Amino acid sequence: MVKLNQYETVKYSRIYSLGAARGDLVVTNDDVAGPIDSSDEWIRQRTGIITRRRASEGLSLMDMAVAASNEAIAKAGIDPSEIGAVLFSTITHPFQTPSAAALLADKVGANPAPAFDISAACAGYCYAIAQADALVRSGMAKYVLVVGGEKLSDFINPADRSISFLLGDGAGAAIVGPSDTPGISPTVWGSDGSHWDAVSMTASLLDFRDDKSTWPTIQQEGQTVFRWAVWEMAKVAKQALEVAGVKAEDLSALVTHQANMRIIDELAKQLAVPEHVVIARDIANTGNTSAASIPLAMHDLLERGEVKSGGLALEIGFGAGLVFGAQVVVLP
Amino acid sequence: MALSQSEVLAGLAEIVNDETGIAIESVQLEKSFQDDLDIDSISMMTIVVNAEDKFGVKIPDEEVKNLTTVGDAVNFITAAQA
Repeated sequence: MVKLNQYETVKYSRIYSLGAARGDLVVTNDDVAGPIDSSDEWIRQRTGIITRRRASEGLSLMDMAVAASNEAIAKAGIDPSEIGAVLFSTITHPFQTPSAAALLADKVGANPAPAFDISAACAGYCYAIAQADALVRSGMAKYVLVVGGEKLSDFINPADRSISFLLGDGAGAAIVGPSDTPGISPTVWGSDGSHWDAVSMTASLLDFRDDKSTWPTIQQEGQTVFRWAVWEMAKVAKQALEVAGVKAEDLSALVTHQANMRIIDELAKQLAVPEHVVIARDIANTGNTSAASIPLAMHDLLERGEVKSGGLALEIGFGAGLVFGAQVVVLP
Repeated sequence: MALSQSEVLAGLAEIVNDETGIAIESVQLEKSFQDDLDIDSISMMTIVVNAEDKFGVKIPDEEVKNLTTVGDAVNFITAAQA
């Protein structure tokens, strides 16, 4: 009887490193206030955003993803040929096919690694970390390159008061690989398609093709999303802590999707995180960058020395779908 | 035991005060949340969720849009707890 080979599993995984790239333009509230009949003060008060970073015409989503990936690969100290899978979470890759991930894999020297995109909006990074953890521990890949990247400025309407003025561009990357000690907790993730319209596009590409609509842009039902993002996500965050076997006081950092400072503040309040837990507030300078926001915010905390490698961070993403994902990770 | 309209108003005024710092006595039935009390949509949602907790009622998202004045909210909550 022939014995079939199966993957040799690995017990633990962890995030080895992060990389970050932000849009090259610093866009102030005054720059976006005109078309929405607003002001710097109004935007700051309601969103906590002071500036958002956006990419100029010549800086593509792929350019930012490559820059972030190269930093993460270099910091991990691995050779890109060792990457066994490339996962690119994005909703702003402007081609139906081929995937952004396949091109990214080639550009960073990971060709012929399997590569695919994940469409999970602002939960995309947490979805991808969950997948990377599973791929590494199953033995399917030694190292996985995870990228959350967006050029949201290609899909905004300057006159939209629901979300456009919050949005920014950037890419965050992580290398996930095998570990001697636990580095990524079980993920609490899911979806609720009964609120498929809560964060959505103004029209389909078919409507646009048939001249039934203008260029499709992102929109949201702000109050519905706020309620869900705070009170439902507080439950998800608590569940993530529970399955991780840690308490809020064990955390070094709370890194939520950088949706809106009011959501971040209210979520932190609901979780009753102690004062020593650093709350990521990268939204103030970067804006809401969807799938990129968690790795960018975590990278920022590490770069500024606000948190140390080895500490625990709760990361939670939530957005269009509706979809959500949360896990506790050891900071790289 | 269902609360009376004035009891709901008093409870709601406390919630509004907690969230926004607006004086309890300024929260009156005829006041508009947005125009008179200057409460934005995010604060409004926080008030709604806290009111659901306090009064044990459900206030659906689509109903929140109809709660223009404090009186609208008080009437909705009073009816919903019955």
